[in-house]
Amino acid sequence: MNRALRFLPLLVLIAFVGAVAWRLSSPADQKIPSKMIGQPVPTFALAPAIPGRQGLSSADFSSGRPRLINVFASWCVPCIAEAPLLTELKHRGLPIDAIAVRDRPEDVAAFIERNGDPFDRIGADPESQVQLALGSSGVPETFVIDGRGVVRYQHMGPIEPGDVAMIVQEWEAAK
Amino acid sequence: MIAEAGLAALWLAAALAALQLALACGLGGDQGRRISTVRALALSQGLLTLFAFGALIFLFLRSDMSVLLVFENSHSQKPWLYKFAGTWGNHEGSMLLWVAVLAVAGAIVALFERRLGERTLSAALGAQAALALGFFAFLLFASNPFERLSPAPLDGRGLNPLLQDPGLAFHPPTLYLGYVGLSVAFSLAVGGLVRSEVGPAIARAMRPWVLGAWILLTLGITAGSYWAYYELGWGGWWFWDPVENASLMPWLAATALLHSINVLAARGGLRAWTMMLALIAFSLSMIGTFLVRSGILTSVHAFAVDPTRGTFILCLLALYIGGALTLFAVRIAHVKEGAPFEIVSREGGLVANNLLLSAILGIVFVGTLYPLIAEASSGEKLSVGAPYFNSVASPLALLLAGLMLIAPQLKWRRDAAPILPRLAPGLLVALAVLITSFILAPQIGWLPRLGLSIGAALLPASLLPLFGRSLRRTPLAVWGMALAHFGVAVAILGMASDSAFTEEKLAVARLGDRIEIGPWLVEFRDVTPVAGPNWSALEAELRASRGLGVTILEPQSRFFAEPPTTTNEAAIDTSWNGQLYAVLGEQDGQGRWQLRLWWKPFVTLIWLGGILIALGGTLALLGRLTRERRQRILGEEAFA
Amino acid sequence: MMVRPKHQRLVLLILAVTALIGAVLFAMWGLQDRAAYFVTPSDIAAGKTAPGKSMRLGGMVVKGSLKRNPDGLTIRFAVSDTKAETAVVYRGITPDLFREGSGVVAEGRLGPGGLFIADTILAKHDERYMPPQMANQ
Repeated sequence: MNRALRFLPLLVLIAFVGAVAWRLSSPADQKIPSKMIGQPVPTFALAPAIPGRQGLSSADFSSGRPRLINVFASWCVPCIAEAPLLTELKHRGLPIDAIAVRDRPEDVAAFIERNGDPFDRIGADPESQVQLALGSSGVPETFVIDGRGVVRYQHMGPIEPGDVAMIVQEWEAAK
Repeated sequence: MIAEAGLAALWLAAALAALQLALACGLGGDQGRRISTVRALALSQGLLTLFAFGALIFLFLRSDMSVLLVFENSHSQKPWLYKFAGTWGNHEGSMLLWVAVLAVAGAIVALFERRLGERTLSAALGAQAALALGFFAFLLFASNPFERLSPAPLDGRGLNPLLQDPGLAFHPPTLYLGYVGLSVAFSLAVGGLVRSEVGPAIARAMRPWVLGAWILLTLGITAGSYWAYYELGWGGWWFWDPVENASLMPWLAATALLHSINVLAARGGLRAWTMMLALIAFSLSMIGTFLVRSGILTSVHAFAVDPTRGTFILCLLALYIGGALTLFAVRIAHVKEGAPFEIVSREGGLVANNLLLSAILGIVFVGTLYPLIAEASSGEKLSVGAPYFNSVASPLALLLAGLMLIAPQLKWRRDAAPILPRLAPGLLVALAVLITSFILAPQIGWLPRLGLSIGAALLPASLLPLFGRSLRRTPLAVWGMALAHFGVAVAILGMASDSAFTEEKLAVARLGDRIEIGPWLVEFRDVTPVAGPNWSALEAELRASRGLGVTILEPQSRFFAEPPTTTNEAAIDTSWNGQLYAVLGEQDGQGRWQLRLWWKPFVTLIWLGGILIALGGTLALLGRLTRERRQRILGEEAFA
Repeated sequence: MMVRPKHQRLVLLILAVTALIGAVLFAMWGLQDRAAYFVTPSDIAAGKTAPGKSMRLGGMVVKGSLKRNPDGLTIRFAVSDTKAETAVVYRGITPDLFREGSGVVAEGRLGPGGLFIADTILAKHDERYMPPQMANQ
């Protein structure tokens, strides 16, 4: 018994490492899965986030072609990180609209100036109302909306290089 | 250029650590184990990492935005203090701080440690180098702090107002110094086990490090608790959040180690157990930091876990802790038995202290990791919070405090004198408080009631070890012990008083309304908008009066534009017998405001107790250091 | 009595193991009824949860369901996971991100009649998402 006991702390450690390794390999599902998938986008009409550009309204999503909505803000650091990937999606032929959350026109303009402008329309959502109505509670988030205005996919958090192919697939599937 | 120099210094230091490890393993023969070689290696490693850390501080102070880390975490408009603190307010910088402290601690041991045999010291420094090497590798391969950004942006992104708080700037480094200070105890234990030199000498070599680390952990935890108390606006001072538990667990282990190490140093007893604790204390520091940093337990941010980094650190942890525990299991049979003692003796008391502390540690460990284990085994999601920890850990903590009434007065080896007379002062006070509390406050719970009794009893009892001694000739270490135990009594009284007597009022009030709370009458006088440098706020004016004393409280509801966040700034009025704590909530539809008020009698004793405990530790540390110095001068190195 | 050295280690070892096992058993006992399980409105509707036990309820605040009592402090709302709804009552200051349509986690107990009595309300998300590289703090 004496000998075996010496290895007891080691066993506790192995159990701990096992549990943590499991968590690392299957990250916690902390999100409530999107409630919006399969639902039509809520009715909204947003003023342009930058003077002279087009604003965004729910009517823009019944054109028959699937589109992306990117929910972002100029004060959001991860949004900078994903900006080049949005530009890449644009080059692959995915039309993208944006909602700028709690933002000022001059800041949005500066953000686009610096990080590229893949957006067809940019709506301003100063009170986060449309953002919340879309079931998004943070930035950035990206939605795939099909040609009839139904949400097909919701991507929470920044798009990472590995996600691009998946988003293109979701978009193809929404056609 | 500076960034490249810093990176080069890191690579060089890593190479030296690898060399030192190789030499300690015997690759350089006896020549390589010689103390002068080891000393030179450890010292240059320490200086190089210090240089790398200095370089990063310099880059932050100069706002060099061509460095990715500076760009992400700093801003040229930040006050210099926060630029400075920004150095370690992020993942890479904090890892660099961690490894810098590790290497510098190794250098200090190499330079000043004279009590140990050459080969044991060389083995211990080899272990320290192995620890440093892993974290060097982690920095260089998985989180390079000196990575460049091209082209350099105009300005940085790190202007988060919530992180601009002096408390937050210096809280993490204090804890880090404490965590890493325990690494020396870990390395010395490894060295001692490898060389089978586990005895009083190694305990004396460890003791100042354990004391120093423990003081810093105590201060860090106390400060963190007060920060959460005034910043979160929830009226609580300890939430059993995984982040808090991560700092509490090494503290519990270090506290146990601090006590058992005295048995080893003074009497040569508890050898295996002390080595085990030394290994566990630093292991828990690493595990705690890992759990917090990797976001495994605190995934409120849904994207916090970076699998690559997490895996890297997990492998390091498994390697170090697993290796040390295996070494322990294999080598412990070679460690000699310590001197025997009776159950009623100082040793016996310290064993009981250690068992209780370990039990509390086990309870906190299980509670903190249980959600993870439960989800891994059965897929059920759950959270373990204050109800569990309070009801399970508190009785044991009180038992431990009860033990403190007598144990510090016991003699080493055996104590045949009657116990009762020495226990009497404490017991009488406890009984008096217990009876008074039943008469004056019959409604309070049994835990706070016991807490008040035992805390009060401990006030005189903690000073009894000084009784009957010539105070001038009493060693500083004994003064330190008495003061630290007195601090524990004070803290327990604060906690018990807070949970027994706190009054809370949640109210909706119109301007001019009056609310009674505790001895105070609070008048809601006004709400005005105010503006700060990067926030605007609604500020309430509350006029609180009791008797002739009047004070104005101004809690705020602050709105930050960038990023948009609202925070509730609590207003706190401290008086000699407690704190009045006010939070302003929302306005309802009819022009009324939500107000939350607390009257917390003697709550400040909690943090005062924490400070006293740390002060006691400091006295003991000073005592140990000066005493050893004097003995060395007198040439009596063999005895303490 | 002076315990012999050979025995002393054994005695200490047995003590340590007893304390350890005791602590774990004590911890398990404590976890039995104090761990708060994470539940959804569907779990409650399916009767998987016992009333009176502390738990965390997660879901979305149903639009149009938020009502304030005249006392100005008590709110009532419904939480949904699209399949089922649970009525929640809470007294206190709500967090900043708490809104209709937003995600929410309520800590509390199930009262009589299937009403969830919340002691604490946590807004589900931070206002910002952080990528792994930056989510240190």
